[in-house]
Amino acid sequence: MGGLIEDFGPVWGFWAGVGQILLIMIYLLLSLAFLLLFDRKVWAAVQLRKGPNVVGPFGLLQSFADFLKFVLKEIVIPAGANKTVFILAPLLTFTLAFASWAVIPFANGVVIADLNVGILYLFAISSLGVYGIIMGGWASNSKYPFLGGLRSAAQMVSYEVSIGFILITVLLLVGSLNITQIVENQRAGVWAWHAFAWPTIFIMFPMFVMFFISALAETNRPPFDLPEAESELVAGYQVEYSSTPYLLFMIGEYLNITLMCAMLNILFLGGWHLPWGPVDNPVLGFIVFAVKMWAMFFMFAMVKAFVPRYRYDQLMRLGWKIFLPTSLVAVAIAAGYVTYVGRPVIGG
Amino acid sequence: MQGLLVEYLPIVVFLVIAAAMGAGFMIAAGVFAPSSPDKEKVSAYECGFNAFDDARMKFDVKFYLVSILFIIFDLEVAFLFPWAITLDQGSLFAFWSMMAFLGVLTVGFIYEWKKGALEWE
Repeated sequence: MGGLIEDFGPVWGFWAGVGQILLIMIYLLLSLAFLLLFDRKVWAAVQLRKGPNVVGPFGLLQSFADFLKFVLKEIVIPAGANKTVFILAPLLTFTLAFASWAVIPFANGVVIADLNVGILYLFAISSLGVYGIIMGGWASNSKYPFLGGLRSAAQMVSYEVSIGFILITVLLLVGSLNITQIVENQRAGVWAWHAFAWPTIFIMFPMFVMFFISALAETNRPPFDLPEAESELVAGYQVEYSSTPYLLFMIGEYLNITLMCAMLNILFLGGWHLPWGPVDNPVLGFIVFAVKMWAMFFMFAMVKAFVPRYRYDQLMRLGWKIFLPTSLVAVAIAAGYVTYVGRPVIGG
Repeated sequence: MQGLLVEYLPIVVFLVIAAAMGAGFMIAAGVFAPSSPDKEKVSAYECGFNAFDDARMKFDVKFYLVSILFIIFDLEVAFLFPWAITLDQGSLFAFWSMMAFLGVLTVGFIYEWKKGALEWE
């Protein structure tokens, strides 16, 4: 937006910036609609079902029909609920889930705000996400949401620590908090992607896998969907929500999932660069980035389809006793490597 | 200072638009959807019987412990951020002082592990 304001003056530059932001948001919401359908289709295919196939060709318009249905449903606010907090919780989740996308570059130069502390901003905003859930769980004043909210908060908080350490290992190799720079560091091709670069592959590939698993836990996806465990807590913190407030929670959750896909992509899989070389054309970069994100989302969907749910004590043990020590050691090794050998020059 | 503010302006605009969109969705449901609350509908959800006593009950102290542990380790991560991006200037002092800091935290971590703060029955 800064560039636009310089080019077109404060008034027109500002509105051009607003237009850009609206475009990005519409793009996000539209891709979300199809990702939701894709999720259901993958799940159905694994179970040898057809999945949604009635609304539009191959069920392509299913999500839009669902959206209309949500808008036409009654908003039920429980009598015992704390009404202000009850309404604010989904709104907060939705807004924060969008806020993180402001710093994500979709291709070379296609970014709303290219902050020089981008990663720090992402880390801060995703930490705030837990507030929406705990507010929703508490304000419902009902037993299942309360327990679900507690569980969810503890789970997200536990895995955020290891996500933080994994971020540090990447930052040690790159030496910048700017997200575009992190991607540019991997421009040479697949052997420069942080997950596969030699010789750091020995720490970074396990970190990539751990980030993926932590991302599942952080976004309450199966096999870590304990807050929503249907057979125990019905739907966790969302039990009392209906209509569009529920929709906002759902959009927020899926936006966070796609954000995690984008982060895996940016941190470990070369962002918008092709496996055989750099991409500087924004249009091609945009497509490559989207394809990689869908590939990551496909993995999320497959995990949901065939991994059984964890037990709560197993989940906490995995987070605190395995991931935390492992990522801590990885930070120490990466730091030792950078200090004694020097930062690996893998960019092109 | 001006440049810094301009850099963060799009984020503020983004937040405002996102909040407006969310509020818009909710208002849309308020306008277009029917509303006929009755006593049963607005009572707290329970599986089959009327809800008894307050939902804001006592809960396991483990959740509280986990959040305290989280604050400690998250602060540690916050300390690591500036250190991580300046480490390549080859200062052994920077490396070893952070290792000492992490070592102290690891001792604390081992202590709480042995104390059973990380055990969930």
